[in-house]
Amino acid sequence: MGKCDALIIGGSAGSLDVLLKVLPVLRADLSFPIIIVVHRKHGADSLLPELLSGRTKLSVKEIDEKEPVKAGVVYIAPSDYHTLIEQDHTFSLDYSEKVNYSRPAIDATFQTAAEVYQTKLVCMLLSGSNADGVNGLKSVKAWGGTTVIQDPASAQVSYMPEQASLHAKIDYILPIEDMAEFINLLS
Amino acid sequence: MNLELPVISDLQVEVLLADLLEHYGYDFTGYSKASIKRRILRLYSLDKAVSFAEFRYKINNDTFYFKRFVEQITVNVTEMFRDPVFFKTLRNVVLPKLGTYPLIRIWLAGCSTGEEAYSISIILKELNLLHKSLIYATDINPIVLEKAGQSMFAMSQMKQYSENYILSGGTEEFSSYYTANYSLAKFNDELKSRIIFSTHNLVSDHSFNEFQLILCRNVLIYFDRDLQHKVLQLFDDSLEGLGYLALGTKETLDFSPLAKNYKRVPAEKIWRKIN
Repeated sequence: MGKCDALIIGGSAGSLDVLLKVLPVLRADLSFPIIIVVHRKHGADSLLPELLSGRTKLSVKEIDEKEPVKAGVVYIAPSDYHTLIEQDHTFSLDYSEKVNYSRPAIDATFQTAAEVYQTKLVCMLLSGSNADGVNGLKSVKAWGGTTVIQDPASAQVSYMPEQASLHAKIDYILPIEDMAEFINLLS
Repeated sequence: MNLELPVISDLQVEVLLADLLEHYGYDFTGYSKASIKRRILRLYSLDKAVSFAEFRYKINNDTFYFKRFVEQITVNVTEMFRDPVFFKTLRNVVLPKLGTYPLIRIWLAGCSTGEEAYSISIILKELNLLHKSLIYATDINPIVLEKAGQSMFAMSQMKQYSENYILSGGTEEFSSYYTANYSLAKFNDELKSRIIFSTHNLVSDHSFNEFQLILCRNVLIYFDRDLQHKVLQLFDDSLEGLGYLALGTKETLDFSPLAKNYKRVPAEKIWRKIN
């Protein structure tokens, strides 16, 4: 695996618990950004960054549009917008149609990032009840990036990682307890 | 939409944008690249284009297809009373302040299919201000304006809009504002009587009036920083002293040099011009 320039974690139902377990164990000096795209109800906006920042030594913030992507920061995709990555390593937000009934759509972030970071992108898909993110993982592979899924056996809702393993080429299948070490070693 | 390996490269996107500027005078070159590329790829796959050459040829030579292209690459997702708390502030703070003016001029820039224009009209009516207000609702895209002028929205949306309306502080029966007509809700003509729908291109058109309230929500996110600065300047040129500028939930005036002339309404993406 080449050097990691960005890690994107996507998830839906059952993914919050995973994040709450993994984030506290991450190194404070990660050399890449972590971008988290999880489905959640519109309106619960400020709660998730606050919740997660209490659990990690890394700084956590909700993404602002046109903000530069910086290493060592945990970025949370805002609810009700798609988060896209620009070639100049800034975020764009987009209020276009839902994809897979979802906004944010994990696919939108995976796909735009795939082209930007190419072989230096790692995308991880967690527990969830729909197939958002699966097409995105295919793009990541097509551009030479690394794909990771939560072991469906350890997922509260196994559908999302299962769909990924059926339809995309997956490099690593990880149980929750191995995720933090995996991420720390990307640095 | 499955875009494993994009069929259109960044360079080809640039070629298309240059074509549009040259042939039609539409300048999309200041749009956020990732966003516009995603829109173009979406249309390319939606219309099952055979090759980039054919896609490009149609856009450049078929005016009908060009109109579809502009309609599809601009985002026209909107709803009535979206972000109810924002509309509550409009109702309780901003519009009462403007109520003392003999004529209230409002510019809704990027109005799309009109849902926000009718929302504002409803609030003005309930505040007894509609008769002395004018809402200039503009968009780059004539097709959406045509739809906006029909004041008809899908019946299936009314439950959601009614909930938004109540959360925004509305106290009337929301259904009293429209007549159900099979799958469509036709809004009362009175609501449209003070709205002027018109095309306006934020990229290339100039200021056309002075306003006490300008709303432009979820439009700037599609522009790059340079174009955002330019458009904010256009708004500043079009806003009276003590007027209000309202942006989308994730948009801000903070990075703009104009910010020093504005005071933010607490907790909202609304700024008042103080200089």
